Amino acid sequence: MRSGSKGAAALAALFLSFSVHAIDKAALERLAADDNDEKIAAIAALVAEGDPKAADVLKQAAEGEIEIDGKKVEIVVNNRVRGRIAEALSVLKLLSSERSERSAAAKALAGGADPSMLPLILKAREKETDAEIKALLAMTAASMQMKSEDKATRLAAIRMLGESAHPSAKSLLLEAAADPDAEIKAEAQRSLSAVQSRLVWGEWLGLAFAGVSLGSILLLAALGLAITYGLMGVINMAHGELIMIGAYTTYVVQNFFKGTGIFDYYLVAAVPASFLVAALVGMALERSVIRWLYGRPLETLLATWGISLVLIQAVRTIFGAQNVQVENPAFMSGGIQVLSNVVLPWSRIWIIAFAAAVLVAMWLLLSKSRLGLYIRGVTQNRSMAACVGVPTARVDTWAFGLGSGIAGLAGCALSQLGNVGPDLGQGYIVDSFLVVVFGGVGQLAGTVYAALVLAFANKLLESWSGAVLAKIAVLVFIIFFIQRRPQGLFALKGRAVEA
Amino acid sequence: MKIGIAVGALIAFVVFPLLNLVVPPSSAFHLSAFWVTLAGKIMCYAIVAVALDLVWGYTGILSLGHGLFFALGGYCMGMYLMRQIGREGQYQADLPDFMVFLDWKELPWQWWGSEHFLWAALLVVLVPGLLAFVFGYFAFRSRVKGVYFSIITQALTFAAMLLFFRNATGFGGNNGFTDFKRILGFSVTAPETRMVLFCVTSLTLLGTLLLARWLVASKFGRVLAAIRDAEPRAMFCGYNTVHYKVAIFTLSAVLCGVAGALYVPQVGIINPSEMSPANSIEMAIWVAVGGRGTLLGAMLGAGLVNGAKSFFTVAFPEYWLFFLGAIFIAVTLFLPRGVLGLVSRK
Repeated sequence: MRSGSKGAAALAALFLSFSVHAIDKAALERLAADDNDEKIAAIAALVAEGDPKAADVLKQAAEGEIEIDGKKVEIVVNNRVRGRIAEALSVLKLLSSERSERSAAAKALAGGADPSMLPLILKAREKETDAEIKALLAMTAASMQMKSEDKATRLAAIRMLGESAHPSAKSLLLEAAADPDAEIKAEAQRSLSAVQSRLVWGEWLGLAFAGVSLGSILLLAALGLAITYGLMGVINMAHGELIMIGAYTTYVVQNFFKGTGIFDYYLVAAVPASFLVAALVGMALERSVIRWLYGRPLETLLATWGISLVLIQAVRTIFGAQNVQVENPAFMSGGIQVLSNVVLPWSRIWIIAFAAAVLVAMWLLLSKSRLGLYIRGVTQNRSMAACVGVPTARVDTWAFGLGSGIAGLAGCALSQLGNVGPDLGQGYIVDSFLVVVFGGVGQLAGTVYAALVLAFANKLLESWSGAVLAKIAVLVFIIFFIQRRPQGLFALKGRAVEA
Repeated sequence: MKIGIAVGALIAFVVFPLLNLVVPPSSAFHLSAFWVTLAGKIMCYAIVAVALDLVWGYTGILSLGHGLFFALGGYCMGMYLMRQIGREGQYQADLPDFMVFLDWKELPWQWWGSEHFLWAALLVVLVPGLLAFVFGYFAFRSRVKGVYFSIITQALTFAAMLLFFRNATGFGGNNGFTDFKRILGFSVTAPETRMVLFCVTSLTLLGTLLLARWLVASKFGRVLAAIRDAEPRAMFCGYNTVHYKVAIFTLSAVLCGVAGALYVPQVGIINPSEMSPANSIEMAIWVAVGGRGTLLGAMLGAGLVNGAKSFFTVAFPEYWLFFLGAIFIAVTLFLPRGVLGLVSRK
């Protein structure tokens, strides 16, 4: 654009602030020209100065009519021109004072734009103060420059990409590294290794987070079992179904809150509700069935398996065989971007925190409360505890209820991550038993370590061999591990021949 | 027991063939192919129940992975049946259909020799037997027992199920094997072939029962009972209990494999869901319902539970799981010696 018109345009803007005449008239006339190339050149010219007024003109142009000297002129806009206009509008937004608008515009342009937009993008990048948007713009500019014919421009672009830590920079550079030109190839490889060394951090961080996240889920699923099986010695095959009951309780509570203004807070009610419902079901089971089978683990296994079948079918009859939908509250959707290639979802972060909270609460309950004292006493020496006045039968019921309630909490957490269906619990029963057995029966700390170790092993193998093979490898590993150390990772020391 | 076996043999070898093949379909006494298949299927299950009873009822080891051995036997037979299809499959190719579908050019190594019936029959015995021998040897040597053993056998069958679900494993993935055409050159759907398979299954069941009866009455069987009742004492008396346990576990797995191999041509399909942990647990309940530690009881239990299953899944499909769950609870709470314990109170 001719610089002489700049002052005139500014002056005109002062006098005629409603009108779009502030824009250079020549450019407007070119916009109204018949030739599409001419129109696109005009759009580029309008944008190049970065005048906010240009946006209005372009919006009108997109609708097919602009004003020149007070006269309405119709212009024909085809798809190609419309695309350019949309790009131009985004580019203009890059200069907005609102950060969110700039960020949205930068993201819209990330796929690349017409070469004519390049100067303004570069200009916007220089002015930009926000590091994230600046990096994104650099990426866009570099990807556009890579297509350039000029070798020096391409080299500069490759160097610029080398400073980025964006996953798509890697793919762009991989393309360039296959270039026939030796100089470009060498430069691209240098940049590529720089980018990769930066990305590798993100990959490890992502893996670590996935491991902790899976570990927290395994821990939640196994903590209840650590009480019912680990401390009480009850093989509860219906543990998975108690998790499922917790998830369905969350679903019912959520339905109560639907349509009210406080939907986002339904979890405040759902967490205690799922604990209570699962605990009550568990206590009823203990009173009616499990109580008669203490000391006969294999029979307990079969009876509780029967209970799990009944519970699955009961839920199927009440809620239907289809999965039900549990919606996340607003604070659990989205995530935080830690690095360019790592996004940590809020739901996962909350569940890690939740698992930690449940763990601490359970530890406090077991080590500091009267009930915890009783439970430990009955576990260690039932008859002695009975002699000093502990109501052992009632403690059994309470302890089983506690374990079941924690399973319910696990179900509440799981409902936030995936589908809730009658078969939800079946997927967790083998896993939770393995966690408890691997960690060592009767050991809370062992359960925590086992959950984390298994989760990390699973995620590491998964990134290397795929999900199914990783799962098989972990199962086979545990089978071998139990053969070597049947007492688990952390065993109570004893001299008995029989466990 | 002798009278029972005689009556059973009479029904299996005289009454069933007569009613199915000789009596015309229009007659009220005609036995349709459905009933022959159902009875054959339940007898396969009965073999499994007797095999499981040997390890659980007589030796006190509850294996929750016997579905794996059953399915492995079935897969070995299934491979042979798949090769017998020849070029009559959907794609008219030499390779089984699913391999053509996956664009494989040649048979993977697992399939070598599968076109020979004798090799397939050998595999039916060898594969479950070897797996049980190796697994059992390591497990029993490290004194894994009780519930721990149940859980790791469950993990084993779960891992195997995941493995067989993969297409890359080479056993048809999700769909497994089906669409069989011939066995030893005879059509699998012909009534005569069905009847022969049925009679072979009856013979095998009879053989299993006689073998098991001889075994539990022998000195070997006495040691098994001693291991069940007080393993440390048996050890301190100088018996190497590991050998006994490995032997009975392996034998039991082989019997399951044979049952699976007889099951597949009659039912016409084998897929990885046979290996699901739930199936193996159900097998334990057959034994528990009939009466642990009695061979007839195990057989009876398999018949009762599966008969009920066939009835419920047709008449009231929603209530089958309620009923099965109730059996699990009721038997463990009120019938520790099973149905047979009700009849013969000593």
